[in-house]
Formats: sequence, C-alpha cells, structure tokens
Amino acid sequence: MGITINDVKHVAILSRLGLNDEELQKYEEELNDVLNFMEKLNELDTQGVEPTSHVLDIHNVFRTDIIEKSLDLEDVLANAPDREDDYFKVPSIL
Amino acid sequence: MVKIREIHKQLINREISAVELAKEYLARLEISSSKFGTYLSITGEKAIEDAQVIDEKIASGEEIGLLAGIPMGIKDNISTKGIVTTCGSKILENYKPVFNATVVDKLYNAGGIILGKCNMDEFAMGSSSENSAYKLVRNPWDLDRVPGGSSGGSAASVAAEEVVFSLGSDTGGSVRQPAGFCGVVGMKPTYGRVSRYGLIAYASSLDQIGPMAKNVEDCAIVHDVISGYDKMDSTSANMPSTKTLDIIGKDIKGLRIGVPKEYFGGDEKVLNTLKKALAKFEELGAIVEETTLPHTEYALPAYYIIASAEASSNLARFDGVRYGVRDWDQKDVTDMMSATRDKFFGKEVKKRIMIGTYALSAGYYDAYYLKALKVRTLLKRDFDEAFKRYDVLITPIAPTLPFKIGENIKDSITMYLGDICTVTINLVGIPGIAIPCGFVDGLPVGMQILGKPFSEELLFNVAHKFEQSNDFHLRKPEVK
Repeated sequence: MGITINDVKHVAILSRLGLNDEELQKYEEELNDVLNFMEKLNELDTQGVEPTSHVLDIHNVFRTDIIEKSLDLEDVLANAPDREDDYFKVPSIL
Repeated sequence: MVKIREIHKQLINREISAVELAKEYLARLEISSSKFGTYLSITGEKAIEDAQVIDEKIASGEEIGLLAGIPMGIKDNISTKGIVTTCGSKILENYKPVFNATVVDKLYNAGGIILGKCNMDEFAMGSSSENSAYKLVRNPWDLDRVPGGSSGGSAASVAAEEVVFSLGSDTGGSVRQPAGFCGVVGMKPTYGRVSRYGLIAYASSLDQIGPMAKNVEDCAIVHDVISGYDKMDSTSANMPSTKTLDIIGKDIKGLRIGVPKEYFGGDEKVLNTLKKALAKFEELGAIVEETTLPHTEYALPAYYIIASAEASSNLARFDGVRYGVRDWDQKDVTDMMSATRDKFFGKEVKKRIMIGTYALSAGYYDAYYLKALKVRTLLKRDFDEAFKRYDVLITPIAPTLPFKIGENIKDSITMYLGDICTVTINLVGIPGIAIPCGFVDGLPVGMQILGKPFSEELLFNVAHKFEQSNDFHLRKPEVK
C-alpha cells in the first residue's frame, strides 16, 4: 500500500508543479499520511448508494443565445504577464 | 446595540457625515490592522470618494438605505474591480479583477463603504489564517492565538471593530470557525443562496460567501442585501433575497432543537459552555433533545477528498499566462507553468492540489472521489432524518478554544481535525450561523445553529433570541 516516490513524480507532472527532490520526498510522506486518514471511508459499505456531486436540484441552466457585452479586451490583457497585440504571449510550445 | 441602525440614524440626522465616519474608521483601521494583520490592502481613497457620494445624497434629501455609509471589509478572494485581489497568494500578487463579484456590486449599490481587503489563508485553504502568503492574522482576544480561518482577517477585523461588517467565504467552516474564535456572528448560507459569481473558486460545490458582524441583526441586514438569485452563477438557487427583518424578534416557544451527540467530543470547557447555552434555550421555551447524525466521523475524510479534488481542478487556471505572476527563467511553456506554480503557490495549496490530482487520477477515481461522493449522500440522509424531527440543530463550532499561533501548523491532520464540526454542513449544503455563546479564560466560545435548506431567516431569529438573553456580543477585546 501507499504512494511511492514515482507516484508523487507522476502526480506532480499532472499537477504542473515543478517539485525538487526534497519536496518530492516530503510530499511522499505527507500524502501517505493524508491518504491513510482517508482510508477510513472504506469502513463504510456504499454499495448501491448514489453519489452526490451537487446538493441542489439544479440541472442544465440555459439562457437565450443572445450576444451580450463581454469584458473589455484592454482591461483583460492588462493583467497578463506578457502580451503581443491582442494575444497572451507565452514561451515556445514546441 | 445594532451598529448599522445606530449609524444610519446619525447619518440621516446629520450628526455625522459619511466622510467623517469613513475617516474615523480608516484612522483606527490603519493602526489596528498593523497589530492584527487583518488587511492585505486598505482602500482609503475609494472609501472617501464613496462616502462623498453618500453625503451628496443625504444633502439632496434623497432617501438612503441602511447600509449607506457603513464601513465594511471584503475577504481578499472576492473580486473587487480595480482593487488588487490576491487570495492571500503570491501567485496573484498584482491581480486586479476587471469586474466586481455580484455581492460586491450589491453592497456598493446599497452604499456600503469598502475600507479594504481582508487577510486570509491562501486560496481559503486553512483553519488558522497562518497560511496567508503575506502575514498572519492575530486574534484580538489574545495576540498569541489564531483568529481561525480561512476568513481570519474578516472575523478579527469585525471583533476589533475596524469595520462594522465584513464578508468571508465558507468552504468547510471558513466563516463560522473564525467567527467562533473571534466572538462574532457569521452566517454560512444555504448553497446557492448567495451568488458565487466573482468569488475565486476553491471547491465550487462547497463554497459560499457569508456575512460577519458583531451582532445578529447587523449580520442579517447584510445577508438580506447579498442573498438572492443571480443569473451569472449557474448554481444560484431561484429564491428571493432573505427578508430577515420581518421575522426577527418572533417567539421561539416550542422550537424543536436537536443536539447531535457526535459533535460533543471536544474540550470540556467548550462543551460546558455549550450546555449552558442549551439550558438557556430551554428557559426561552424551546424543546432540547439529544439526537444522532451517525455518519459524522466520515465527514472529514470525505470533505478533504472532495475539496482537494475540486481545488486541483479550479486552481489549474493559475498558470502564469492570463493573470498573476510568471517565472521568467523558463524557455518552454510547460516548464514555465510548472515553475510558476511551484514558486508562487504555498505549501498547503500545493499539497491539496497534489491530493486532489491523485484522487482524480486514473485508477483512483472510484476509490477516493466517487467513494467520497457516496458518503456525502449518507451524510445528507442523516440530516434529512434529523430535520424530520427538529427545526434546528445546535453544535459547537470547534472542539477547542482558539489555539496558539504555531501550535497546529506543522501537523496537517491535527489541523484538519479541528474542522470536525463545520465541514459536514458544506457537504450537505445547509445553512449554519455561528454566534458567541460564552467565554472561557477570556476567550470566546461559539456555537452553530443549523437549519434546513433556505431557513436562514429562522436561524437569524433563533440566534437573535439567544443573543438578547446575554451580553456576549457586547463584550470587547481589551487590546494590549
């Protein structure tokens, strides 16, 4: 049982967290602690119990497809770390 | 003494102007907040400008609402247009929202005067406000103790009377627990009762914004303003705003109060205080009986799975591309995102993202996330059963008194266990109000009153009846 250092590395990649070796080791220990704590749920038989992902009885909220005013482009781009013209700019992808 | 009504009267009788009031509060807040760490930003200029507008209205004979000119603090995860909103995180150090949260628009429209953005645990993850990336918050009743969290700044600020009321957010107790630790009133509304539009999401199926104030009626006045349907929030319940002031003061004779025994496992002193409060309810004519919520012990693990899973998804948006800060040393976009997130997220936030990602990852989804959602159903059934027999349930808010700064921060599980009384309420979506019910060793003890979905008005009334029977809400911390 338990999470290995390789699991932690994999989860760190999925989480987009560039953890160093020291952090990976620390998380191995801490995640195991927390997951042990969560094992408690296995004492309960939940066969046939419906999951509740949401407490309100609201489904599929629709509105009429009318174009409404969007946020101002300049305002939005003002928060971007980097931009070029009307685009967010990031380092190379390939 | 209802502060909002008192100020309102002074304003319309022109005994004080809104600008004078704002200046008086700001002057006090500047000094006080540096002691308690309650604010991440103070918006003095805007406060004076907004107060001038109120004074012009008064001068022209225009009628003003109860909240007009009232100084308020807003938790720093609630979007305020043009005002830096950090969520207590370095990753949003420079982020200025381009729109207001619906609750902020509603408060501005009602004339509320924003004095600043309240300090908090980073992304609302924490129970002590020690996880703020900027500074910790101190409990006004004892500077060596935590104010609770995550809305620690909002609660401590009200307790220290830096503002008349504040907004917090409650995902697993983050309004109620700090309200309890700081001796103020805080309401966690029914899920969907108050719009989440503009609340920077932690766990979307659990988050609710709630008001905090020194007394029940002030808290209710704010709740009446911020509640109600909002088309901008697809999980907003199609219900009108609360109209608490119509029912507050009503008799509670014959009210059926259930006391779930599973919640009474903490510090003796806290429990004895609760018992005295329950005896007071009997004196007031309520029927108090012990009851059971049998799945309570499973709520915490279910909560931490669901909350972490939702957080891992919600916090994916902080990637150094559209807002916030960026690590500039990387040449590749994925490295940039990973480095940015590693560098500018705090420890607890990273941990919950890791737990949530793991719980949702291939092969583990059924064992953790789905299992937790099924347990959530069982918890909901517990409450459905209890509410067949009782109008409200009363429990402690936390198993302990406010703990010392640094006491629990190293041990996640101990810190998580402190949330035992509050998280279930978010999982089942019902409303809960925190009010002071006594003092032990000079520290406030809070209790929470829980009700069926959309019973906020009843909860305010029950809380008000209790409040009027004591002087706890009138006590003030002696700031040393």
